[in-house]
Amino acid sequence: MRETFYEVMRRQGITRRSFLKYCSLTASALGLGPAFAPTIAEAMETKPRIPVLWLHGLECTCCSESFIRSAHPLAKDVVLSMISLDYDDTIMAAAGHEAEAIIEEIIEKYDGNYILAVEGNPPLDEDGMYCIIGGKPFVEQLRKAAEHCKAIISWGSCASWGCVQAARPNPTRATPVHKVPGLADKPIIKVPGCPPIAEVMTAVITYILTFERFPELDRQGRPLMFYSQRIHDKCYRRSHFDAGQFVEHWDDEAARKGYCLYKMGCKGPTTYNACSTVRWNGGLSFPIQAGHGCIGCSEDGFWDKGSFYDRVTDTHQFGIEANADKVGFAAAGTVGAAAAAHLAVTAIKQAQHKGEQDQ
Amino acid sequence: MQTEINSGAVYVYEAPVRVWHWVNALSITLLAITGYLVASPLPSMSGEASDHFLMGYIRFAHFAAAYIFAVGFLGRIYWALVGNAYSRQLFTLPLHRPRFWKELLHEVRWYAFLEKEPKKYVGHNPLAHLFMVAIITVGGFIMLLTGFALYAEQTGLGSWQDSLFGWLIPLLGQSQDVRLWHHWGMWVIVVFVMLHVYVAIREDIVSRQSLISTMISGWRTFKDDRP
Repeated sequence: MRETFYEVMRRQGITRRSFLKYCSLTASALGLGPAFAPTIAEAMETKPRIPVLWLHGLECTCCSESFIRSAHPLAKDVVLSMISLDYDDTIMAAAGHEAEAIIEEIIEKYDGNYILAVEGNPPLDEDGMYCIIGGKPFVEQLRKAAEHCKAIISWGSCASWGCVQAARPNPTRATPVHKVPGLADKPIIKVPGCPPIAEVMTAVITYILTFERFPELDRQGRPLMFYSQRIHDKCYRRSHFDAGQFVEHWDDEAARKGYCLYKMGCKGPTTYNACSTVRWNGGLSFPIQAGHGCIGCSEDGFWDKGSFYDRVTDTHQFGIEANADKVGFAAAGTVGAAAAAHLAVTAIKQAQHKGEQDQ
Repeated sequence: MQTEINSGAVYVYEAPVRVWHWVNALSITLLAITGYLVASPLPSMSGEASDHFLMGYIRFAHFAAAYIFAVGFLGRIYWALVGNAYSRQLFTLPLHRPRFWKELLHEVRWYAFLEKEPKKYVGHNPLAHLFMVAIITVGGFIMLLTGFALYAEQTGLGSWQDSLFGWLIPLLGQSQDVRLWHHWGMWVIVVFVMLHVYVAIREDIVSRQSLISTMISGWRTFKDDRP
């Protein structure tokens, strides 16, 4: 019999009073009413901890780095008390064959009951040889772990969309988790961002463990509670946008006054994430607050959508790098000139025609 | 449609079509100007943010004009169902008729100064007809789809705009892609409007039929009795 969350927490020396405080804090963090605190407490007292297998493919570990900096709830609480993080090669004590044996053990022991958290993605070219874990291509490990899991969490933009390793020309054919051919048909929740916000990651895990289901997702499989609005919608500089007050250069007076970074190419209006509300590092700041525009890191293919510093970004679809405005003005000018030339020829022809008629 | 075209007048554009044309012209002009200013805003305002709402007003004008364009588009579809034969031209292209292609070629040659005399048409000439359908009907529809998908981003999940048009964003990639295509669409329409205005004025003068007055009175008149 696996331990319940509560038993583990008590074993960790946490008092019942602290436990109940934690339950009400979690309830409010998830946007639930006070009535849900006892529900969470009951769930934690009765449900066995859900094992989590955390795999790493092609990635930079920024998701793990973000995750261990969660302040609400503390990553310590999540890792030690809430989830049974049985395998995570970055932060686990075991190494080598011992570590790899744990994967097999979990797959066998908790068949169909563990959560598969994926950080990074598998490259598919050359049969996946660009990412080898424990002597085997990562894609094989991923397929096997997915086959026996209960659900998949796609951590970060790598697992969700592909991110930098999948950016054009994508030399290794890095592929986001939901597009991997032959992957078992399991529910997938995407938590994009490069990295995702720590509190968003822990809140998603807390929700799944507490209610044993995914939170409500949007069309693209992202949790609505954190990805239903754009950075722009809740940006504290929004009033400057509406007023028409923009930073025009990085060192101008408007930049010092904290005006809107729209003209500097801020991707806040096209990026769905919780940065402008949850913020980073325990709610301390986020890119726009630090004076730099959002680069849209939680959006699909953000590396390939033109400059981070342009509002009207270049178009690549026609095989050339072109800005819609440059082409547009050139086309309008050309058409205008052509019309004027056509008009001149028309006038000459008309005059000739008239001359012929008069004769 | 009819073989004999005399110098007598033909009632072509019914009142709703004419009203729609001019309302559409106004809304497209406003949409193009405000849309350009949304993508490339005016120089920054100084003073307190609470004293200004410039970007807000520009965006409001864009959205208001977009609703007028959308309602007009729907109204125009309705009129194509109940109006006269010419009101259906915007939604049909007689590509299967050899005569359409023959006259299309003639029209291209006429604009290339290779034909001495233009033909007479009661409705649109084939070249105009082709461009109207491609730019105003198809182009307008694409602008409505992408525009409302972008509008749905601020009305939010669960709004009717999101339910009807929100699916387009993941289909085209992401929000930035939708903006990009919406912006290209603006330039296509701007170039079309330039050509449309030039050609309408030119044809009104050198062709054998009325053009501009027809879109005001509804009557097409011809300058001669020859076929």
